[in-house]
Amino acid sequence: MARTDDDIIVCRCEDVSLGEIRRAIAEGATTLDEIRRITRAGMGPCQGRTCRLLIASELARKTGKQVGEILPSTFRPPMKPVTMGSLAELGEEEDR
Amino acid sequence: MSVRKTELAIVGAGPAGICAALEAASHGVKTTVIDRGEELGGQLIKQTHKFFGWHKKSAGTRGILIAKKLSEDVRNSENITVLNSTEALGYYDDGTLLVETPQGIDRVIGDRMIVATGASERMILFPGNDLPGVYGAGAVQTLMNAHGVRPGQSVLMIGSGNIGLIVSYQLLQAGVRVEAVVEAMPTIGGYAVHASKIRRLGVPILTRHTIKEAYGKDQVEGAIIWELDDSWNGIPGTEKDLKVDVICLAVGLSPLAELLWQCGAEMAYIPELGGFVPLYDENMETTRKGVFVAGDVAGIEEASTAMAAGRLAGLSAARSLGKVPDDEYAKLKAEILAELEGLRSGPASAKIRSGLAKMREMLQAVQAKELAGGEPRPQGVRGERDCAGSNSEEAVGA
Repeated sequence: MARTDDDIIVCRCEDVSLGEIRRAIAEGATTLDEIRRITRAGMGPCQGRTCRLLIASELARKTGKQVGEILPSTFRPPMKPVTMGSLAELGEEEDR
Repeated sequence: MSVRKTELAIVGAGPAGICAALEAASHGVKTTVIDRGEELGGQLIKQTHKFFGWHKKSAGTRGILIAKKLSEDVRNSENITVLNSTEALGYYDDGTLLVETPQGIDRVIGDRMIVATGASERMILFPGNDLPGVYGAGAVQTLMNAHGVRPGQSVLMIGSGNIGLIVSYQLLQAGVRVEAVVEAMPTIGGYAVHASKIRRLGVPILTRHTIKEAYGKDQVEGAIIWELDDSWNGIPGTEKDLKVDVICLAVGLSPLAELLWQCGAEMAYIPELGGFVPLYDENMETTRKGVFVAGDVAGIEEASTAMAAGRLAGLSAARSLGKVPDDEYAKLKAEILAELEGLRSGPASAKIRSGLAKMREMLQAVQAKELAGGEPRPQGVRGERDCAGSNSEEAVGA
């Protein structure tokens, strides 16, 4: 069980704690994209649907920005995990 | 695996998406509806309570029955193809929607698209929020009302908006104890009628209170709540320990707008509408031509407004395909707009009205800029085009 705020899990998919998010911000991260790349928060099965807003508000608090100024990272397809096999099938179809 | 061509692709078959499909199909539009659920209806399939609302067809009817009726209408329409248990994976600049069906990955190419993807539940941070037993209110509703499973014995509800109040009542109906509803704001968020119902059954609604932490070894065994001061900080000494095995979060919704970002539709942050939402005009069309929106993805509201907005989006898409004569279009549009205005006229809709006014202003600013013929407006905020656009074949890993 979490003992301090820093132990709170922010991104459940990738098991990233609030402490790790805060550390990334302290080390200079200013965007959701940077935090995602450094910590993997938002890279799991839900692709940030749960943690994006939580991280944005922490980022806003720590950088003095408005939450609305913090843009989400680029949403690249596929928006949820799919198997390599199913994507490969798509390619085979194209080759025909 | 195939390419499915359609006149209108609709993503999401909740109240907004279904009503959009039915309206478009009634004008002869070949429509394909994509929904990740097995059954159509979105959140309606777990709404066991009766709806308010202005619309003669749905006020006083239970959500589940509305869903049933709408799904039947969809099945009876020869113009509608349903892809259920299917999720949209992405939108590409040539108008291709990549979808995952139970049989594999497909492409859907629509001449027009309506995004009615709804919203996801917000989360809050507190120690222990990852313990088993912490649920979103939507999950609790799914468990109880769709699957007939009680989430636990005793619940702490966080949030006194309509969802928090209604789900509390449904928990009581299912024989689950609701220890308390806590609300960080100084006033109850939802309708008085819902609040009174659960208060009469002995559930305290504690305003200016929030959860401090959840505790338990392998699952939630209890929760500590405390009172908040004017700066939203917990006041030491006001802690109360509640023995609960379920903590249910009903702390708001956030639009699920991934597809719209990918489309390059102009987005804006409007807190009154729930966060980042698309700018859209009176016809529900976004700044990306041919892409329409309806329902919670365009701003968090209720099922009744989502249904009306869905019909408007369906009508507009049909008209842009040349399927609706001008006079008929004007008449139907005026009817729906009047209905929407009626639904949003109450004091509870003040926030929505202010959010929509902001959104219109921003849209006009964007349109004025375009008319002035300045530099061409980039599609979208940042480089979505680059990743979801020209090199799409590469992106899908051909």
